[in-house]
Amino acid sequence: MDPLLLVLIVALVVVLGIGGLVIARRSRPDVDEDLRIPAPPTAPDPTAPAPTVETVEPETEPETEPERVKPRLRDRLGKTRAAFTGVFAGIASRGKIDDETWDDLEEALILADVGVPTTTKVIDDVRARVSAEKVSDPARVVELLREELVMLLSGTDRSLGRAEAGPTVWMFVGVNGVGKTTSIAKLAQREVDAGHRVVLAAADTFRAAAAEQLATWATRTGSEIVRGQDGADPGSIVFDAMSAASTRGADVVLVDTAGRLHNKVNLMEELKKLRRIVDRTEGALQEVLLVVDASTGQNGLAQARQFAETVDITGVILTKLDGTAKGGIVLAIQSELGIPVKVVGVGETADDLIEFDAEEFVAALF
Amino acid sequence: MFDALSDRFDGIFSRLRSRGKLTEADIDAVAREIRLALLEADVNVKVVKALISRLKERANGAEVQKSLSPAQQVIKIVHEELITTLGGTSGKLTMSPKPPTVVMMCGLQGAGKTTAAGKLARQLKGQGLQVMLVAADLQRPAAVEQLRVLGSRVDVPVWSAPDDGPQDAVEVARTALDEAARLGRNVVIVDTAGRLQIDTELMLELKQVRDVVNPTNTLLVVDAMTGQEAVNVATAFDEAVGLDGVVLTKIDGDARGGAALSVKEVVGKPILFVGTGEKLEDFEPFHPDRMASRILGMGDVLTLIEKAEATFDADVAQRAQESLSSGQFTLEDFLEQMRQVRKMGPIGNIMKMLPGMPKEMKNAEVDEGEINRIEAIICSMTAAERRDPSVINGSRRVRIAQGSGTSTSEVNALLKQFKQVQQMMKALTGGGKRPKLRGLAGMDLSQLQGGN
Repeated sequence: MDPLLLVLIVALVVVLGIGGLVIARRSRPDVDEDLRIPAPPTAPDPTAPAPTVETVEPETEPETEPERVKPRLRDRLGKTRAAFTGVFAGIASRGKIDDETWDDLEEALILADVGVPTTTKVIDDVRARVSAEKVSDPARVVELLREELVMLLSGTDRSLGRAEAGPTVWMFVGVNGVGKTTSIAKLAQREVDAGHRVVLAAADTFRAAAAEQLATWATRTGSEIVRGQDGADPGSIVFDAMSAASTRGADVVLVDTAGRLHNKVNLMEELKKLRRIVDRTEGALQEVLLVVDASTGQNGLAQARQFAETVDITGVILTKLDGTAKGGIVLAIQSELGIPVKVVGVGETADDLIEFDAEEFVAALF
Repeated sequence: MFDALSDRFDGIFSRLRSRGKLTEADIDAVAREIRLALLEADVNVKVVKALISRLKERANGAEVQKSLSPAQQVIKIVHEELITTLGGTSGKLTMSPKPPTVVMMCGLQGAGKTTAAGKLARQLKGQGLQVMLVAADLQRPAAVEQLRVLGSRVDVPVWSAPDDGPQDAVEVARTALDEAARLGRNVVIVDTAGRLQIDTELMLELKQVRDVVNPTNTLLVVDAMTGQEAVNVATAFDEAVGLDGVVLTKIDGDARGGAALSVKEVVGKPILFVGTGEKLEDFEPFHPDRMASRILGMGDVLTLIEKAEATFDADVAQRAQESLSSGQFTLEDFLEQMRQVRKMGPIGNIMKMLPGMPKEMKNAEVDEGEINRIEAIICSMTAAERRDPSVINGSRRVRIAQGSGTSTSEVNALLKQFKQVQQMMKALTGGGKRPKLRGLAGMDLSQLQGGN
């Protein structure tokens, strides 16, 4: 027997053994859970750096802009759309519907990151309609496809929930680098503009300078921030933000969490714990928003599935849609999991936030 | 959805086995499956098309037709084709003959440039180089602060614009080289702001930064979760600043990473490094063969073998072999082997590398603290107890639990689990046959050997 192979087998058995043991423990009731969870936030560890509440004076408007023009999806997507009308011009001009038409349509959707299963489903539906309605004009096929896609995205409430009494809490979750903090800044700006008092909870204590980043946005948007030091317990920050919000009569609390890959069980458990802390104030948690980068591929669906399972996400924020990425994965997320896009991010300033419009989004897909 | 490609093929090939020869229609069916697998892995549609036509050509060739198992042969060809496409020198930066060597990181927002810069700095410093980081990301709030923190963690100086001075990325880059000369630094890593490839203003800034620092290596940082867009990004950055290599980040996620293939095909420059975790040491050279396996949904056995080779102590392996062949695998051996395995890295990561692992184990994040407790329990036993756990009675259990700071129920669970491990070991060594292992772990050991 090859000694290396033997070593591997031993390693394997040991790994399996340990794995089995750990999993067996995990599936047992909560006896061990208390051991694993660090100090609950109600009894803060005296040695832990205490989170501080900072009230930031709103920056005086640098140069008063005459009026803030709210960007619209269509305006921001103009150049992307132009590049892709070619595909459909080609289909429409071909004069008849053949296999190539369907291949082109399929390819356009896949290029937009819609993914194979959703693409197949939509194309099949359109095919069925084409044969039922005896359509022979390729341009009409494109129309039908658009209708089908818009229908897929329709019938959902895209408004962000508000608490009936006391502060409203929106929590932001997602994998690393999708734009959680920037999205919070944009929503904070919108809320402050609407005359609401906003508290930002800097519960990303993992990434270097994440709290700094949020603090800068707090200053720029005129929000308050609750933060701790790098490496502090995020649970204690959420807890403090909740109490700060209710004592100061804040209207909205936006909870920034550290980016985490959805396959890291420990980090997902931590997120669950953060949610539980917010849930203690009944009715406060109105939205758990998954932030998804428009350039994300098929992994976006796995992300949504896992985050939904862990913290029951209520909606998606689609970011960086001002590039050439189409964000088609949100179609798959809505179609397979029924989780709608709530708002869209299109730039790096606090104003670059727009409402999601299904028709405009679909029009921009190809 | 993420079934291994070989599983997908099983259906097609099971009906072929009786016939033995691949018809045109069979090859088309296989090509369709490969296409789907690649698209699900986010390989760009156009790249997939090119690959499939190359594959079809080879599949029609004699090597497949003459082979006894066309299925294995086709998978082998796909795998080879991907490796060839992904291949190129890896893990090595071009060193400038006239120091300093300048590395410029660029890419979209959130790809992981700053983290990758910190990790690269750590790695190069470990090789004995004098590294300096340059914070030329003045777009994102606190990006400079983030790099400063990373710099202090890896103990590398960070050059940045003074907080109250002008915030101009080109100016920071310009002065960076003088600073590097003053400090006697031979590698300078420039972190730039994330930008969309269609943002003409910021792309112009990137060109200006490039012109003043004249990088030896311009690296594109790409998120492994990127979809079809990867092609546009790579093309645009390559056209704008001329890329020398690619860093693929966040591959510790479960994305299949087809973006790697797309980028490589478009840019034609090697993928040099991969980011494999949140810690600064989670940074490795890129391995085309492993990425190919991953895109196709096969396990990462080669990494495992390499890690085992690097960390396993020959004496310990020898002892393991002896205790295995004698059928006497004790808790002492278990402890020793467990310590060996842990040297290879977190158990959770190792589990993920094994092909065909049961899903619940693959996705389980193993808490290292729990393994520490297992170790503590075994360490709290006497030598006699470790050799023969059946002597452990009630009072011994209490003693062990107290000694290890655990509970008797935990001690019980460990003993029970160990019994199962022992039985697995016996099953393995008793017959020494592969099918048994396959039955036990639900895995295909032929892949283990194949990778060897």
